[in-house]
Amino acid sequence: MKKPRISRREVEHIAWLAHIELTEEEKTLFTEQLNEILEYFRKIDSADTEGVSPTYHVLDLVNVYREDEVQESLTREEALSNAPKKERGFLKAPRIV
Amino acid sequence: MSVQGVIIGLEVHVQLTSLKTKLFCGCSSDYRGKEPNTLVCPVCLGLPGALPVLNRKALEYAVMAALALNCKVSKRMFFFRKNYFYPDMPKNFQISQYDRAGGVPLAVNGYLTIEDQNRVKKIRISRIHLEEDPGRLVHLGPIDQSPYTLVDYNRAGIALLEVVTEPDFNSPKEARLFLQKLRSILEHLGVFDGSLEGAMRCDANISLEGGTRVEIKNITSFKEVERALNFEILRQRDLLEKGISVKRETRHWDEARRITVSLRTKEEEQDYRYFPEPDLVPIVLSEEFIKDVKRRMPELPEARMRRFMLSYGLPRYDAEVLVSSKDLADFFEECVKIYNKPKKISNWMMSDLLRCLYENNLELKESKITPQSLVEMIQLIEEGTISVKIAKKILPTMILTGRSPREIVESEGLTKITSRKLLSELIATVFRENPKAVRDALTNEKAVHFLVGQLMKKTKGKADPALANEMIKEMLEAVRRKEGSSKASTPSQ
Repeated sequence: MKKPRISRREVEHIAWLAHIELTEEEKTLFTEQLNEILEYFRKIDSADTEGVSPTYHVLDLVNVYREDEVQESLTREEALSNAPKKERGFLKAPRIV
Repeated sequence: MSVQGVIIGLEVHVQLTSLKTKLFCGCSSDYRGKEPNTLVCPVCLGLPGALPVLNRKALEYAVMAALALNCKVSKRMFFFRKNYFYPDMPKNFQISQYDRAGGVPLAVNGYLTIEDQNRVKKIRISRIHLEEDPGRLVHLGPIDQSPYTLVDYNRAGIALLEVVTEPDFNSPKEARLFLQKLRSILEHLGVFDGSLEGAMRCDANISLEGGTRVEIKNITSFKEVERALNFEILRQRDLLEKGISVKRETRHWDEARRITVSLRTKEEEQDYRYFPEPDLVPIVLSEEFIKDVKRRMPELPEARMRRFMLSYGLPRYDAEVLVSSKDLADFFEECVKIYNKPKKISNWMMSDLLRCLYENNLELKESKITPQSLVEMIQLIEEGTISVKIAKKILPTMILTGRSPREIVESEGLTKITSRKLLSELIATVFRENPKAVRDALTNEKAVHFLVGQLMKKTKGKADPALANEMIKEMLEAVRRKEGSSKASTPSQ
């Protein structure tokens, strides 16, 4: 087997960034699976990209603008309708720091 | 004016307040004082399927600002997603720009010069980004003690310019001067109004010699920047003197308590996993576009300063102070238009008007004084209706109430006493009450001033000073003659 590209530590870090808690078994499983996926992507590395500029967007469009004109916003009821917790028109979130 | 061994860099966030809508959607940007979460739509809430579209005017304003800050504007650029979990953005990412991984900022390599005590200093600007403002978080009490966070997304998506400087500042004062100048330039461009709360905010990196770099967040105005940095210098110096090492960390400026507090963020460097925003297409700026923006650029503070010196004959210092704020400079020119005495107007504005505003903690824009009323006040002095002293006395009333000076003077009976008859009676009283001073005054000029002062006190500053001076001298002369004649007659008795 080739050298793994993603370590268990990295999987733990990614999970932490995504706010996902993983069991020890899941960490093993995902480390394995992520490496398999990356192995698959390795095929792309064999493509010759000499002289090809990076693609940042798949469309050929550039400069799509709108004018600075006010459009109607949602009502507050609509805006907050999916919020699990609210108070006096605010969304309520846990303290972060 | 540099503080020994201090290095400061700034990251300034400026809202493009002249825009009517947000950066990527048509929600009104006029969010101040509005009910929370009433200026939001599927785009700025990041609802599935919503598509952001760039505000053309925002791009124009940003390019204009970049040119005014002597930056090189990028010809081709992209937006990036900055990913993080924090409730100030409903999408869990902020659309911003990035200078790594193939990202290109709006503009790079600019500078601004600041002047402190006749020493000109160049502050390098490393880059300018165009990005969205996050929503507003409301904490109950201090940020580190609030039980939970309330979130208002009205501000989320407002167009924001991020201006990043090199660590070129050596004192908190230099940082303030830079922000003041930045504000004046953006106001002259017509893209920004710095008197709006929270329109200019900044983060600062600061380190002392032998210490570590500390980041301070949440500095909400250029007035606060000096305070926050001064506090941080004291804190770090104190630690270093005690032999304690300064921890590399992010601290929060608590405006109410006037201290910085540690935010106790995770030890690891934030990992924002930037990647190109797939919902927005690249921007390609043509030479013509940039030329066109340049052509439409209004007069900048430095050019205006030179014009003030040339066409109004103002000294450099006056011109500099006046253009340090667009409002101040506009006010001055309005005054000159009505009354062509530039230096006289400048004198009143630079000394008494500014001091009075400062004492009342007001910006010129927030005060009620108009160019018309300031000119009227100066004219009242010129025509001899009021003394300079009375003018200084009524200025606060003019600023706070907007009443016309003529009306204040008339209703409060403050016009100058110019009647010779009345003045001579009053002077006679002063002489009777101060016999010793009168004797001194016969030989000593200083005692004459004392008598003038007593008369002013009696008239509450209303006696015409020139006339009062002249009449006191005349009446002293009369006393001298009288005494001389009585002395001369003594030996014969």
